[in-house]
Amino acid sequence: MTGFRLAAPWGAQIERSRPVRFNFNGRSHSGFVGDTVASALLANGVKRVARSFKLHRPRGIFSCGVEEPNALVDVGSGGRRLANVRATLLPIQEGMNVESVNCWPSVEFDLAAVNGLLAPLLPVGFYYKTFKWPDWRWFEPTVRRMAGLGRAPRQADPDLYDEVSASVDVLVVGAGVSGLAAAVAAARAGAKVTIVSQGSRIGANALWRTRSVNAAQLIEELDRLGVQALPNAAAFGLYDHNLVCVRETLDRAGAVEPGGPPIWRERLWKFRARDVVCATGAFERPMIFPNNDRPGVMLAGAAQQYAHAYGVACGTRAVIVANSDSAYEVAQTMKECNIEVVAVVDCRPPHMIRSPLARSDQFYSVQNATISAVKGGRQVSGCVVSSTQDGSRHRAFECDLILSAGGITPAVHLHSQAGGKLRWDDRGSMFVPDGPAPHVFSVGAAAGIFDGVYAVEHAHQTGLALARGTTPPLPKHNDSVSSLRSSHVRQARGKQFVDLQNDVTASDVELAARENYRSVEHLKRYTTTGMGTDQGKTSNINALVLLGEATERAPGEVGTTKFRPPFAPISLGVLAGYRRGELLRPRKSLAAHSWHESRGALFEDYGGWLRPAAYPLRGESVEQATYREACAVRKSVGVFDGSPLGKMEVFGPDAARFLDFMYVGTMSNLAIGRAKYGLLLNENGVVVDDGIVARLAEERFWINTSSAGAERTAAAFEEWKQCEFPSWKVLITPVTARWANVTVSGPRAWEWLNAIGFEAALAPKSSRHMSILDTQLGALRLRVLRASFSGELGYEINVPSDQCQELLEQLWRVGKQFGAVAYGVEALQMMRIEKGYIHIGTDTDGTTLPTDIGMSDFIARKASDFVGRRSLQRPAALDADRLQLVALMPVDRKTPIPVGGQIARTPPPGVSEGHITSSAISPELGVPIALAMLQGGSSRKGEYVQVHHFGISVCAEVVTAPFVDPEGRRVHG
Amino acid sequence: MMRIPCPWCGERDEPEFVCGGTTHINRPPLSASDAEWGAYLFVRENPRGVHLERWRHSFGCGQWFNLARNTVTHEITWVYSMTDPKP
Repeated sequence: MTGFRLAAPWGAQIERSRPVRFNFNGRSHSGFVGDTVASALLANGVKRVARSFKLHRPRGIFSCGVEEPNALVDVGSGGRRLANVRATLLPIQEGMNVESVNCWPSVEFDLAAVNGLLAPLLPVGFYYKTFKWPDWRWFEPTVRRMAGLGRAPRQADPDLYDEVSASVDVLVVGAGVSGLAAAVAAARAGAKVTIVSQGSRIGANALWRTRSVNAAQLIEELDRLGVQALPNAAAFGLYDHNLVCVRETLDRAGAVEPGGPPIWRERLWKFRARDVVCATGAFERPMIFPNNDRPGVMLAGAAQQYAHAYGVACGTRAVIVANSDSAYEVAQTMKECNIEVVAVVDCRPPHMIRSPLARSDQFYSVQNATISAVKGGRQVSGCVVSSTQDGSRHRAFECDLILSAGGITPAVHLHSQAGGKLRWDDRGSMFVPDGPAPHVFSVGAAAGIFDGVYAVEHAHQTGLALARGTTPPLPKHNDSVSSLRSSHVRQARGKQFVDLQNDVTASDVELAARENYRSVEHLKRYTTTGMGTDQGKTSNINALVLLGEATERAPGEVGTTKFRPPFAPISLGVLAGYRRGELLRPRKSLAAHSWHESRGALFEDYGGWLRPAAYPLRGESVEQATYREACAVRKSVGVFDGSPLGKMEVFGPDAARFLDFMYVGTMSNLAIGRAKYGLLLNENGVVVDDGIVARLAEERFWINTSSAGAERTAAAFEEWKQCEFPSWKVLITPVTARWANVTVSGPRAWEWLNAIGFEAALAPKSSRHMSILDTQLGALRLRVLRASFSGELGYEINVPSDQCQELLEQLWRVGKQFGAVAYGVEALQMMRIEKGYIHIGTDTDGTTLPTDIGMSDFIARKASDFVGRRSLQRPAALDADRLQLVALMPVDRKTPIPVGGQIARTPPPGVSEGHITSSAISPELGVPIALAMLQGGSSRKGEYVQVHHFGISVCAEVVTAPFVDPEGRRVHG
Repeated sequence: MMRIPCPWCGERDEPEFVCGGTTHINRPPLSASDAEWGAYLFVRENPRGVHLERWRHSFGCGQWFNLARNTVTHEITWVYSMTDPKP
C-alpha cells in the first residue's frame, strides 16, 4: 500500500518521453524530467525520507512546495553540494545523488531514534535547564555533532550569480489566476508590469487549481501584451521604499557534482516598484491529532497537486480529516485518480459545511469528529476516529494515507514586511490583510478571497486602478471559508505535533504558557516553533491559536510573530553576486607598481593598498630584508613609495582659520613655504589622525594625512565645513590619487637628489626641515616637502602619479654610487619606532588623548577652540593614571618584547597596567625596542616592568624615546 | 535599502549616501559645563515618528543636506539644505 504513478493526462509538468534515474540514499529510482525528488520518490512508493530534528522520528513527504517541513535532503558533492534542500522543490536529474539528513546509519534505521525514548526528558526549553552541571563544556562537542540537519559543503562554490536592478510601475508577485488578472489589467491600461512566479511555468498551477476561471486565456493575453513574466523567480523580501528582491533560478536542473566550467546559477533581481501586487496565495493549515507526523500523513491540497502536476498518487486508501470545505474537492480528485477515499472526517458541525460535494454519497463522511489515534509505527496503516464533542470512539479505518485539510493560511509575508496590518477573520480562522500596506496591495487568496470569480474581478480592478493611479478597491469580507479555530484532541495519547520540523508538540505550547511565556514572540523562541527552515508556514497559526486557548485570548489578541525576509531559504551566493574573490574588496595598486615589482618587491595589503613590505634579495627572509633596508637608510640613503599618504589642498580666505579649528596646533601662523606636524581629534578628544600641514600661499595649504585616514579625514573636513561653517569661504580638494609620493631618506639623500638635477634651493644648507617648495625637474612637476618619518634627512617628493615611475627610474639609474636601496613599509616601521614616532591606530586606539602621547604642548600654546578641545577638560581626561606612551627596552637587551603583551605585576589572570603597541629590533642599536601604553607611564621612567604574552614573560625597562638621535639633528642634514 | 532624494542629483539608492545622524544640533562653546558638553556628544532624541537628520551624497555630488524621515515607515517627507531652518 504505497504511492504510485498515474497515467496521462495526469501529470501536466512531467515529460513521460524523458525518463531519468537518480539515487536516493544509495538506491536507484526512476522518474521523468519535470519530477521533483519528492514526486519521484512518492511515485516509487518511498514512504520514509527523513528523521525529525530532535526526536529522530521517521518522517515522510508532507507537502508539495516551499512549506515542506520534513523532506530535507542533501544533494551533490564538492563545491556544488547543497545541504537541507527541500525535496519538494528539487528537480531530479540523471545520476543525481540525494541523501536524507539527520539520521545515521540510515533513515530506515537511525540510532539516534533513542531520543524518542528520552522524549519526556526533552520537553521544550530543556537545554536551558540541562547540560550545565558540572561544566557545560563537557557536553558541547556532543551537542554540536547532534545539532543541525544536513552536512554543509567544505569547498568553495565555483558557480556564478548575477545581479540586476530594475524599475517597474507594477510588480505582481505570484502567477495564480489573481496575479494573472491583475497583471493583464494593469498592462492593458498602459502600466509597465512585471510578473514573477516561483513555478517553472507561468500560470501552470492556475490551469488546474481554479476551475471556475479561464486561466488559459489570461496566460495567453499576458503573452500577447508582452508583459515581462519571470518563471523560477521567487520574491523573498520586500524592503524599504518598495524594493522587492527576487531570486531567479537560472540553472533549473542545477549541476550538483563538481567539474566543468562555472555555471550561472541564480540571479538577484532588485525591483523598485511603484506599486506591488501580492498574489502570493495561501498555505494549507494541518490538522492536529495524535501522531500526526507519521509517514503517510500529508496536506490534502498537496495530494491534489501531486496528482495534477506530477501524475503521482500518494497512496491507495485515504482518510481525509477536515476543517475546511477544500477537503471535499480533494476527495473528488482522489476518486478521479483511483485512490479509494475511505472516509472524510470533518471536525466541524454540519451547518459549517457548505460544499455541495459534501452532500454526495460517493464517500463515507462524518461530522463533529476527528482522528484520535493513528495506527502504524513506521508509516500510517490506519486510524481511529472519535467524536469531538464527547470523545467517544466512532470507528476505526484502514488506510495508508491521511490527508489533512485543517484550514487556510493566507501568505501575508510580503504584505507584513511592508508594514501592512493583519486582522483575524474568525469565520475562516485565518489572518488576512487589514487594508493594504503603502503601495502594496493583496489579491486573491493572499487577501482572504477564495471565490475564484470574485478573486479575478477584484484583481482586475486592482490592476486597472494601479495603472491609472486611482485607489484599488478593498476586498469584500470572506464568506466562503468556514473553519474552526483549532482541531486538536484533548486528553488523547500520543504526541500531537504543531511544528514538524522542530518537533514541537501541543503539550510543549501548553508548557510554555504554564511557564508564563505568554507573548507569541516568547513562545516562538522558547519552543522554537516556527524557527526552522520552513519558518512555520504550516505551524505558526496552529501554535498561536493554542497559545491563545492556554492563555484565554482570541488569536487576534495573541497576534503573529514578526515577518522578516527571506521568505524562504536563499543561497549565500545570490546575495554575494559579484562581490567575491578579488571583487570583494578591490585592491588599490601603486602607480609605480611595475617598478617595485622589478626591484623584487614583496607586496602586502596595507589598508587596501598593495604596497612593498620589503624587497628581499635571493635567499633573504622578510625580516632580514627589512633589517638590511633600515640599516642602509640610516647609513646612506633609501627610496620609499609613500603614494597612499592622504593629500588635500585647502584654500580660500577662511582656509587658515578653518585649519585652526580642525587641528590641535595653530596653522594660521605658518609662514609661506613652511610646514608643521598636525594632530586631529574627534569631538571626544580622541586622536584620530595625524599628518603635516604646509602653507603654499596666503590662502592655500597642502595637507598630508595618514595613509589609512586619507578618505575619512577629507570627509571629516568636508562635514565640518558644510554643516558647521557653511558660510565660510574655504574649499577642500582631496588629491591623494593625483599625486604620487617618492620619499628619499638618509644622510646621503641630498647627494642623490642633486645628482639627478634637483635645484640647489633644496639643499640642506639652503632649505629648512619642514618646508615645502614647488619646483621642476626637467619636464617633471614636483612639490617637495622636507619631512621625515624615518628620522633621517628626508625629502617627500610629490610628483603627478603618471610621472612617478619616470622619477623613480631617473633616481635608480644613479643610485648605486650612493649605496641607495629601495625600502618598504616594514623598514619604515622599524625606523619610526626607533625614533619613538607614533602610528595612529597602532600606538593609539579609540581612547587615546593627545596628552597620553605627550602632545600637551600644542594645546597649552593655543587659545582658540578646536575639534575636541572641550573634551580634554573633562575629569577623565585629566586623570594622572591614564595609559600613557612609553618607550621600553628588555632588561637583558636581548629578548624581543611581543606586541600585544600585557604589562602587569604578576602573570595572568590579574590586572593589566598596559600593553605593548609596537616592537622592533633597532637596526642602529642592534637590540629589541618597543613602544607601549602604560598607566601613569610618563612618571615611571627607569622603572622595571613585566611583560606577559601567552606564557612568556619579559622584564623591560622604561626608557626615553627617541632611541637614536635624541636631539633630532639628522633631519637637518 | 531606501531611496534618498538628493536635492542636486535626484533620487538615488541608500548605499550612495552616508547618514550623519540628527541635524540642528548646536555645538556648545568652550564654556559649556561637563553635562552640557556630554549631552551634545551623547544624548539624542529617539523619536518614533518624524526625525530630522542629515545625509551626505558621498558617492555622488558630495553635498550634505537635511531631510525629515519617519523612523517607523521610512517615509521621507521633507528635503532641505543645510542652511535652511527647521521645517
